[in-house]
Amino acid sequence: MSAVADRPSGIHKIPDGAPILSVQNLTVSVRTEAGLKPLVRDLSFDLGRGETLAIAGESGSGKSITSLAVMGLLPPPAVRVTGGAIRFGGTDLTRLPEARMRALRGDRIAMIFQEPMTSLNPVMTVGDQLTEAIRAHAPVSRKDARARALEALKAVRLSQPEQRLDQFPHELSGGMRQRVMIAMALALKPEVLIADEPTTALDVTVQREVLDLLRDLQRDLGTAIILITHDMGVVAEMADRVIVMRQGEAVEEAATGDLFARPAMPYTRDLLAAVPRMGAGAARPPVTGEPVARLDDVVVRFPIREGVFSAVRRQVHAVEHVSLQIRRGETFALVGESGCGKSTVARAMVGLVPHQGRIEIAGQPLEGLGRAGLKALRRRIQMVFQDPMAALDPRMTVSDLITEPLVIHRIGTPAEREARAVDLMQKVGLSADQLRRYPHEFSGGQRQRICIARALALKPDLIIADESVSALDVSVQARVLDLLRALQTEFGIAFLFISHDMAVVENISDRVAVMYLGQIVETGTRAQVFGNPQHSYTRRLIEAVPVPDPAHVRPPTVRLAGDVPSPVHKVGDGPARVRLVDVGEGHLVAEG
Amino acid sequence: MGPYLLRRLVQSALILLGVSFITFVLLYVLPADPVRQIAGRSATAATVESIRRQLGLDQPFLVQYGRYLFGLIQGDLGRSYLQKTEVAALIASRLPATLLLMAGAIVCELVLGLAMGIAAALWRGRAADQVLMTTSFVTVSAPQFVVGLLLLYVFAVWLRWFPIGGYGTFAHLVLPALTLGILGSGWYARMMRSSMIDVLRADFIRTARAKGLGRGRVVLRHALPNAILPVIAMIGIDIGIFMGGIVVVESVFGWPGIGQLAWQAIQRVDIPIIMGVTLVSACAIVIGNLLADLIAPMIDPRIRLR
Repeated sequence: MSAVADRPSGIHKIPDGAPILSVQNLTVSVRTEAGLKPLVRDLSFDLGRGETLAIAGESGSGKSITSLAVMGLLPPPAVRVTGGAIRFGGTDLTRLPEARMRALRGDRIAMIFQEPMTSLNPVMTVGDQLTEAIRAHAPVSRKDARARALEALKAVRLSQPEQRLDQFPHELSGGMRQRVMIAMALALKPEVLIADEPTTALDVTVQREVLDLLRDLQRDLGTAIILITHDMGVVAEMADRVIVMRQGEAVEEAATGDLFARPAMPYTRDLLAAVPRMGAGAARPPVTGEPVARLDDVVVRFPIREGVFSAVRRQVHAVEHVSLQIRRGETFALVGESGCGKSTVARAMVGLVPHQGRIEIAGQPLEGLGRAGLKALRRRIQMVFQDPMAALDPRMTVSDLITEPLVIHRIGTPAEREARAVDLMQKVGLSADQLRRYPHEFSGGQRQRICIARALALKPDLIIADESVSALDVSVQARVLDLLRALQTEFGIAFLFISHDMAVVENISDRVAVMYLGQIVETGTRAQVFGNPQHSYTRRLIEAVPVPDPAHVRPPTVRLAGDVPSPVHKVGDGPARVRLVDVGEGHLVAEG
Repeated sequence: MGPYLLRRLVQSALILLGVSFITFVLLYVLPADPVRQIAGRSATAATVESIRRQLGLDQPFLVQYGRYLFGLIQGDLGRSYLQKTEVAALIASRLPATLLLMAGAIVCELVLGLAMGIAAALWRGRAADQVLMTTSFVTVSAPQFVVGLLLLYVFAVWLRWFPIGGYGTFAHLVLPALTLGILGSGWYARMMRSSMIDVLRADFIRTARAKGLGRGRVVLRHALPNAILPVIAMIGIDIGIFMGGIVVVESVFGWPGIGQLAWQAIQRVDIPIIMGVTLVSACAIVIGNLLADLIAPMIDPRIRLR
């Protein structure tokens, strides 16, 4: 390929057989007040042509810093390479002047990032962003660049590619945006692609499509991929080799099959053990307590106001005719992809959004309750959210945070509240002497424990956990899930567990409801829904989950490109209501 | 777009109505008596009363306001008490000079402010950043006449690069526009700096760099359009602050605009002129804000006018 030699980077084609990228004793440090602190220490690995190397690890392991070091994109001036070399075809990238590094970036080494929602410039069209990437390296006219951009969009199997060129990022869904990112990265056929958590922010079915796409493109183009991920399922499916990193150091490096079959190091073993697996949940006796929450034909619609007189002509049908019951001591899971209405159900239950239909909490209907009644009812339900840092006021001490619900509901004297806080801290596995500290002094997992302690303060009947463990590292996630289970056994609390993570749901829930476009399409016990999924959407969700086992053979599935239909409808012209049919012992499945 | 504009125009009309009412009330309760100004010190009580009756100032407040409003709807701003000319004609003859000064000042303040803000953001935490931010602080807090006189002394008296005052050529425009521009630039510098720092941390900036784009292109093509949005909203608000500064700067530089007109009118309690200038200023602010709101969606396609 003569085009390679013409490239302005001045680095020539790398001979076959030799590793394309070779990282040798790389050390990356951050300058702090206490001197240089290493973020990555003495890391070495080789990347072969067309190979996929996964760098796996939890937050703070240094995996993303490593990728940024390879790209020469470490945040200056605080973070820099302080030792070792990154060799790309005989050139040490760590010593390359910025101008020459820039010529490589995007052309020979490209990168895609975790957040497709924020990784594209919101004020430039997709076409402009693509052609700009091409024209930065290839001396082609605007017209030719556009033609190549179109080609790139077709290669990532984006629907209506011509139209997409003139659209802005906000007009595309998350999955579509990640396809655009991939198109941009691969438009110039780079030798190395660094994919930093490329599917973490995506729904499982979209993740499946993007992973399939990456694999297909790699086969066609022979690109070597460095896959940065925390998800061992993704590692098992994608990688040829794996490096497990922890606190800036490589713990173990092995071929993927070997690593999963015979992990050598204790940390790797712990990490693999903590990964939630489908089919690993222990059978639990059915819960037969009285219902603490009962939803009957609940509908939530949001009006869209348009025109001079702000008339409502269309509405978002967020929740459509949802009925369910949650019993005391039971974990009820609501699963579905983003926008399916699962969080809106939770918000309706605590009276944060208006609803039609009937919601009963602890036998009391929510409808027609005044301010005081609603406040009293909220004592019975507490919520734990996804992002504990955002859910805790950074200016309040842990003690104040945990006792605030008691203050709001005027429960106890200050001394009694304090005693309760001490007790709750111990219950969630923290110590009472941490009560005077502030949220930023805790790790992510500890913060989520504080949120749980706060939710427990009012001794609620029901805790709504909305993606409460989604943002946590797997090992932390496993411990928080254990804590939730223990608390349930001790206090008989019911959980409404809202999640997009099928493996976690399969592990923790007693009963499950699968939501799609605001409606429940399948519901039943965990065994019924996961052991014998009847609805095609449930099956698709389950099959899309990456399996943390390289030996697992995925049954061939139909590749679906295309998005979930819109939940916006004209007034008086709502979506067709699905009818649930009992296929045996309370296992309800949508018809058709 | 159509319904949006219609709603904004109705809104603007209501704002102007409110401004006219409040100003009218303020001028009505003012202890200074315009009739005394017109009649002069030696006038007899009878003369004073006849002038008062002639101007309709003996009528109850609501009648006076009603008359004014009635004229206003027909585009009649009344007659000056002292200059005996139509206020509309007076303002029309002065307005071009003020608009020119304003345009010059906005250009100065945007160029200075944005350049300072972007430079400070790119060098944040370093000495250059601190120097720029200290400078911006000084310009924000300096009084207009001090800056005006300082520029006059250095560039007109000492270096003799520009004329001391007057109106007519581009050289006349430089110093007054620069005075207003320097004063306003500090605000823009600070706002631009923080907005730019936020945007430079954004994921899409990292993407742009990962594509292999040069620093200049990353800053100008990717960061600037995103960072400039809050600044544009501020230009609309800023026009109001300008009107205050223009009164001072026009008199320092002898610039024949509506600021000077207003200043003279205030000294002589020439109520129709004060009312007229206030309404024209309010119009400028309303139009400035409307323009800012119309420009924003051209830069950011996510903003929809509703």
